[in-house]
Amino acid sequence: MFGYYMDLALRSFKRNRVLTALMVLALGLGIGASITTLTVLKLLSGDPLPQKSARLFTAEIDPLPAQGYVPGQSKPPWGNLMPYTDAMNLLQAHRAERQAAMALTQAKVTPARTGEHPFFSDAVMTTADFFAMFDAPFEYGGGWNAQNDDDRARVAVIAGFLNDKLFGGKNSVGQVIRINDHDYRVVGVLKDWSPQPRFYAVDLGGRSYGNGDAVFLPLRSARADGMDPQNVSCWQTADIQHLETSPCVFVSLWVELKNASDAAGYKTFLSNYVQQQISLGRFHRPEVVFADLMKFLALEQVVPDDARLQTNLAFGFLLICIVNTVGLLLAKCLRRSREIGVRRALGATRGAVFAQFMVESGMVGIAGGVLGLIFAELGLWAIRHQPAQYAHLARLDVSMFIATFVIALVASLVAGILPAWRACVVAPAPQLKSV
Amino acid sequence: MDIQPILAALRKHKIPAMLIVLEIALACAVLCNAVFMIGQRIGEINLPNAIDEQGISDIRVMGTDPKLASDDVPRNLAALRQIPGVTAAAVINTMPLTNNGWNSNVAVKPQEVMDKDSPNVATYLFTSGGEQALGLQLLRGRFFTGEEFADSKLGDSYIPTAHVTLVTQSLADRLWPGQDALGKQVWVGKDYHFTVVGVVANVLRPNQNGEGLAAFHWSMVLPLSPGPGGFLNDYIVRSAPQDRERVIDAAKQKLTGLSPNAVIKGISFTDVRDKFFANTRSMVWMLVLVCVVMLAVTAFGIVGLTSFWVGQRRRQIGIRRAVGATRSHIMQYFQTENFLLSSAGVAIGMVLAFGINLYLMQHYQLDRMPWYYLPASAIGLWVLGQLAVLGPALRAANVPPVVATRGA
Repeated sequence: MFGYYMDLALRSFKRNRVLTALMVLALGLGIGASITTLTVLKLLSGDPLPQKSARLFTAEIDPLPAQGYVPGQSKPPWGNLMPYTDAMNLLQAHRAERQAAMALTQAKVTPARTGEHPFFSDAVMTTADFFAMFDAPFEYGGGWNAQNDDDRARVAVIAGFLNDKLFGGKNSVGQVIRINDHDYRVVGVLKDWSPQPRFYAVDLGGRSYGNGDAVFLPLRSARADGMDPQNVSCWQTADIQHLETSPCVFVSLWVELKNASDAAGYKTFLSNYVQQQISLGRFHRPEVVFADLMKFLALEQVVPDDARLQTNLAFGFLLICIVNTVGLLLAKCLRRSREIGVRRALGATRGAVFAQFMVESGMVGIAGGVLGLIFAELGLWAIRHQPAQYAHLARLDVSMFIATFVIALVASLVAGILPAWRACVVAPAPQLKSV
Repeated sequence: MDIQPILAALRKHKIPAMLIVLEIALACAVLCNAVFMIGQRIGEINLPNAIDEQGISDIRVMGTDPKLASDDVPRNLAALRQIPGVTAAAVINTMPLTNNGWNSNVAVKPQEVMDKDSPNVATYLFTSGGEQALGLQLLRGRFFTGEEFADSKLGDSYIPTAHVTLVTQSLADRLWPGQDALGKQVWVGKDYHFTVVGVVANVLRPNQNGEGLAAFHWSMVLPLSPGPGGFLNDYIVRSAPQDRERVIDAAKQKLTGLSPNAVIKGISFTDVRDKFFANTRSMVWMLVLVCVVMLAVTAFGIVGLTSFWVGQRRRQIGIRRAVGATRSHIMQYFQTENFLLSSAGVAIGMVLAFGINLYLMQHYQLDRMPWYYLPASAIGLWVLGQLAVLGPALRAANVPPVVATRGA
């Protein structure tokens, strides 16, 4: 029966070529727009470390003075940025499986070959656990250890693309790289690593998406060599030569817990720490936030408003396209009242007529889906040529490919219900009389 | 034209009529909000910025030894001023729209600085001649004197030892609404305060600080003399617009010669501005594209359904023609019918548009839509409907009266 309905549908399409083309085109445009914006939204709101994001947490505290404090209405003002002293205290308490403090900087890299100009690269100043905690994969060598942190050792981990640029992609472990006019020893080379969103950079003054960092240095070594954090906020007169002891925030702390259920325990530890600082007179505001990775991204509203607005708009447009398809399908089916009358008189049940028209709209949907896929590829191609940081990552994946056809089929079948119902309630007798 | 028979005929085609109304309503609702968003973003892109945007280039020198800055900066400035075509040069901590923010919370009383709603302000620090290099427009008061520049050093703080400041018109209005800002004190933290000596036309800040468009013009300017420290990296070089590219190349070459170890980048301010608003601009194009395609789909939907109607009513049209209706009567019939459907559609659509705007205001940083967007899109959809119905209506008018005499 299904094959017969498909044959009937094809005949009907041939009879109304323009109308059919219009329906498929409208549906294709709506689906293309929806899939394009949905792909971007999925990319932007994705989980950067799906295997362990539920066990990664970051802490937010509020170091502001008592002045202007309204209990209950206040929250940490700079996201997960905190003073250096507190990040170090929490780090050295070792209350989590792993923990690392970090800040971003711009590292001046001077190539060893003469005649090549120095350039600035995105760099992370951090502590030993960073790589293991964030599952950063190594091509050669590995990270540094806690002893290196304490000794302010001049060691560095570099990204694969920087290794390609400076050392031609060869194993450069043990080689020297000149950073900020100091010699650092390469201890590790990362494989391609650029989590999206770049969750650890969100409050540190960096991009939230885009390419990974090029250089990773021990926090204390880099600071001692005069590298300035990218984002510094101070609430009182600060001494910029000694940010570590100034009333400023510029580092963030991430911890990895053994189980997500240990979070309550760590939060209590954090609150107690803040209470202790309050009794010491350093702090005045007890509010703390202890959020896992995905909750942190939601709190910081990492996904740009524009991406969400575009998705809403595209689905509004899809809705209009569906209403449009309902109208055109209805027009087509009412025009075929006589044909329906004949089929019914020859013994087709209402269900059979209904099924026939649903098959027809389903076929419009599949055609719309194919066209939508083409439009989506075009849309994503256009987005890849946009200036946004995430632009080059916008590609259709398998799940969105499947989603295209699911949306297309659901949209066309929803659009087909009303016309098919109108078709199956056509009374055969009056139609036959006028033939 | 009598609308009674039209309504009677529509009652026979309730579902197709409702579909047209629904489609127009949805299109109206989406169109209102999309056009409103387009307008807002174009407003953002065209925000005034009272500096010589066409003539300024920004030469950024990074990676030099900060301890040597007190010698490097005057030497570099002297070299830049020698380039033919350069009319002024100065060094500044950061430039508008470069996303390199240098912000402070300020207040008119020291005890209010830490308040939650104390305005967050961008601070520009420039060396002597900065006002000419930027092309600042003085509205009241004066620029800085030579002594004021010489007195102001950064030392180990983010705030210089200056005592005077220039504020933008918007900041003056925010801090002292309805009063003259000249001579007033601005507090930055509870330890620093500056006397306002001049009010300048609005200058944009390095980045938008999430407090709405009004705050985008809250900037203050402090004088500074070159000293050790790594913060004076942006050299403002002003020239005639046609000399810009040549001046940038010459400046890069000269400064590279003076500090071979530095990383030097040059960009014209018009490129800075284009880069800053690139995302906003592509959002505008995306919104425009969706609006155009959506209107096209709606128009084709109207054409499709009306054509079907015309086809279905050929015999009735023939009879009307046979009993004396002229072609224009038939035309008018379909046009009036479309007008009635469009009117119902836009009425529902305007309510929907208002609702969507309320929703967007709650969930996104969006303002209330001014009322005139509603009638404007209503008129747009009326026109669209009339254009879409024109083809089918003409075909209907061309139905010959003889159709009435033929059997069905």
